Amino acid sequence: MLAIDVISTIFLAAGSLIMITGTVGLLKFPDFYTRMHATGKCDTLGQILIIMGCMIYEGFTFITIKLLLVSAFYLLAGPASTHALMKAAYVTGLPVWKKGDKRM
Amino acid sequence: MILPFLAVGIIIACTILVCSYRAIYGPGTFNRIVAANVIGTKAIVLLIVVGYIIERPHFIDIALMYAVIAFIGTIIIAKYAERGELCSR
Amino acid sequence: MEMTEMKEDHRTFSIALTFCIMFIFWVLLSAWTVYLPEPYDLSKVSRGILAALIVTFLTYEIFVPGKGEKVLLKTRRFIPYVGWELWQIYLATVDVAKRVFGILEVDPQIIEFDTTLRSDFALVTFANSITLTPGTITIDVEPERGRYIVHAIAKGPAESLTVDQTMQKKVGYVFMEE
Repeated sequence: MLAIDVISTIFLAAGSLIMITGTVGLLKFPDFYTRMHATGKCDTLGQILIIMGCMIYEGFTFITIKLLLVSAFYLLAGPASTHALMKAAYVTGLPVWKKGDKRM
Repeated sequence: MILPFLAVGIIIACTILVCSYRAIYGPGTFNRIVAANVIGTKAIVLLIVVGYIIERPHFIDIALMYAVIAFIGTIIIAKYAERGELCSR
Repeated sequence: MEMTEMKEDHRTFSIALTFCIMFIFWVLLSAWTVYLPEPYDLSKVSRGILAALIVTFLTYEIFVPGKGEKVLLKTRRFIPYVGWELWQIYLATVDVAKRVFGILEVDPQIIEFDTTLRSDFALVTFANSITLTPGTITIDVEPERGRYIVHAIAKGPAESLTVDQTMQKKVGYVFMEE
């Protein structure tokens, strides 16, 4: 029982660390497109890790399957919404930051 | 074993607070949409963690519904920002 | 898409498969927490069957458009690809974290390249894979020529798509469109 607690705590800690990294990237990166890089990737992995920690803590019940469904749905939907936002910004002509420009 | 979940919940709530800086001040429409999208993702995880803190795992149903609604909302806002209209004939 | 000209046996197959998946989904999502803890009762199960039937007749044309070719082989090749993709997500997050904390540089550029992929599912899988692998995000896809417009965060990730082409080969192998 203790081992399960420790393992799930490690997963939860790693997930929240990655979430913090994504948030710092959202604030620090210079323009919209690079901010999408930070959020799109860090949030996906952070969410997978935290939900996996919950799954390990739960054991094998029907709630575990629901958690897996939430995670799998976000794994499909996250890249799609990232792509929709990128395309909308690109089509409307939001300028792309090049190295040496000032922050946008 | 509530303590780790409590810590993770507090950390995610703090990151949501920090993200709302981008949602309020962020230059232009798209930075605000990104911040809203990120807050949606973090809210899904926060709902699941809160379900474990108060020991009521049925919060996962709400999290699942919230994931669907946040996804549809982001797609609709992106389409609206791209075309300037929602329904074209 | 010739949705209206679907053949009769295809339509039956499509309705049956969609109904089975929807009913299993209902059992997994709500039956085991809401309906079935009490003693067995036909009215409770009939609610699920009714809900599954409504969703089936609304969505079967989109959900199962027709009998695919070699679905089992593609599924068997797809599962190891998902494992590889999870490893790539981990690498991508480490890469972004290094750029956030200033260890690697940020030098964005937009690149375009053509692929040999044509079917809808292969195009979507490859677009999602680009978004989840290190340093690149899909902006736009032109399905006729298989052309992708990609935003890369630095020069290294961009070259891994245009020069190495590991991922194109993997997706092409999974969907047999090399």
